[in-house]
Amino acid sequence: MTTETINPRRAFDLPRLDRLQAFLQGERFTRMLLPLARSLLIPLAAIGLFLALWAGGASRVDTSLGQLPGPAQVWQAAGQLLAEHQQESGREAEFYQRQEERNAARLEREPNAEVRIRPYVGAPTFIDQILTSLGTVASGFLFASLIAIPIGIACGMSSTLYKALNPLIQVFKPVSPLAWLPLVTMVVSALYVSSDPLFSKSYLISAITVTLCCVWPTIINTTVGVSAIDKDLINVGRVLRLGWFTKTVKVVLPSAMPMIFAGLRLSLGIGWMVLIAAEMLAQNPGLGKFVWDEFQNGSSDSLARIMVAVLVIGLIGFLLDRLMLLLQRWVSWDKSAVLR
Amino acid sequence: MSYLNIDHIGITFPTDNGPLEVLQGVNLRVEKGEFVSLIGHSGCGKSTVLNIVAGLLNATTGGVLLENREVDEPGPDRAVVFQNHSLLPWLTVYDNVRLAVDQVFRKSRSKAERHEWALHNLEQVHMGHALERRPHEISGGMKQRVGIARALAMEPKVLLMDEPFGALDSLTRTHMQDTLMEIQTRLNNTVMMITHDVDEAVLLSDRIVMMTNGPSATIGEILAVDLPRPRDRLQLADDPAYNRYRAAVLKFLHERHRQPTAPAGEAQPSRPQLRVAAG
Repeated sequence: MTTETINPRRAFDLPRLDRLQAFLQGERFTRMLLPLARSLLIPLAAIGLFLALWAGGASRVDTSLGQLPGPAQVWQAAGQLLAEHQQESGREAEFYQRQEERNAARLEREPNAEVRIRPYVGAPTFIDQILTSLGTVASGFLFASLIAIPIGIACGMSSTLYKALNPLIQVFKPVSPLAWLPLVTMVVSALYVSSDPLFSKSYLISAITVTLCCVWPTIINTTVGVSAIDKDLINVGRVLRLGWFTKTVKVVLPSAMPMIFAGLRLSLGIGWMVLIAAEMLAQNPGLGKFVWDEFQNGSSDSLARIMVAVLVIGLIGFLLDRLMLLLQRWVSWDKSAVLR
Repeated sequence: MSYLNIDHIGITFPTDNGPLEVLQGVNLRVEKGEFVSLIGHSGCGKSTVLNIVAGLLNATTGGVLLENREVDEPGPDRAVVFQNHSLLPWLTVYDNVRLAVDQVFRKSRSKAERHEWALHNLEQVHMGHALERRPHEISGGMKQRVGIARALAMEPKVLLMDEPFGALDSLTRTHMQDTLMEIQTRLNNTVMMITHDVDEAVLLSDRIVMMTNGPSATIGEILAVDLPRPRDRLQLADDPAYNRYRAAVLKFLHERHRQPTAPAGEAQPSRPQLRVAAG
């Protein structure tokens, strides 16, 4: 058994720091210079150029909320958002400590007293909203995967089922999340009535909208992956008289795994994009709502804070994609395939 | 009654241009322990004969009897060695063979016995050193050795080989032929092998079945190869009897049944398959 060690640099396509190190040590100076320039300096130069264009361009745009913020203001706003989060979590810790002390003191006085633990109800900070968004997209995406992979496998194995479902898949696939949202809202409001709800309605609406947009790429890729299995491998299964279950587990699934993960990766990318829009409209706490609230707020630093959110959304999307790529490489039996 | 009885089989595939008769009246009896080669130009339907015996295809007319029982579905008693090895790429060499052993002997043998049996068969093809390798890490010849080990491990009544060495370079091919003869001496399996290599056919076979060109291909001639075993390729190179057999097969293939100059759309149509367009 060969063990594949996961190289984080390769998995995330990070620049080669060992080359930088070798360069700094003066080792084979000229031979190190060119690859280093390619892998590190060129992207850095492009980012620098982008920042310069942004700074120069932004100062020329005057909006009703003031000048469009440049990189410096956005950097400041990011620091401020982080500071607000630290402040808020400090307050939360204090609140719980005070409550605990109060309850302990009360129990000492009257041991039978019922002490209630009240949750802290401060405003969610930017970091909290990032975590909520990640949670929502994860639940929508997982739910979509649980539906899409079995349907995809079934469609790949039965051409009849594929012919039956294909028109529906093709019609629903291009539908924008914004078109689904009102319908989802009404259906959730009608069906999810509970006096003590486990989930908030806005969370369910956002997660279901994500699910509706996430299922299609996974279904299609799983179908293609399953139906493209080498005919000879299927024949091996027939000669061995593998049962339905063994065939699926030992032959069909491993063979289709790379395609399934290619679909999941597409789905997660779409899900993350859809989530921001869904959170805006469903008013589910999260990055989408953060952007919307800041827009409605209209204070002088709103635009800078929105830009922080835009960059964070992009970065998280990028990291999610790399994470899926890592998984895709890990499950692929064909290690020579180039995945990017 | 013979061991394997291929009784007047014919097969017709529906195509866009109407039905296409690929085989017609193929009639062959194989005795137990016999090594039979099928030779013919590509597209003449020799793989189709093998697939019908394997049960992977159903004959339109006629049928196949193995020990007087009709063949109507694939099974491990007619193990197939496929041309492109067909190992499961995500399993190791050992696991590929073990999957077959577990499937065939799940009830009749203990876990330890099955382990031993998988190892034994891999050692038989000289692959005991690469148990934990995966198919993409070993050479084409090694993959085919594992394919043979997997088929042998099923203890088949008939071993079916579909151009097993066709994709290998000639040096590797001679090694593989030697290994196969060595195993054949020991186990005396009943083997039906498809080949388009004349030397291979004469060297390995007890009988060579020569097929006419399709469509409506059938058996043209059967040549019994009466050379003493064990056979040695170097000694046989100058053997007049060997060269007579060789010449007979060559004459059949290249004089009397020369391949049609314009192959009228490969006589072997691809079987209907599920294809799903991407996107």
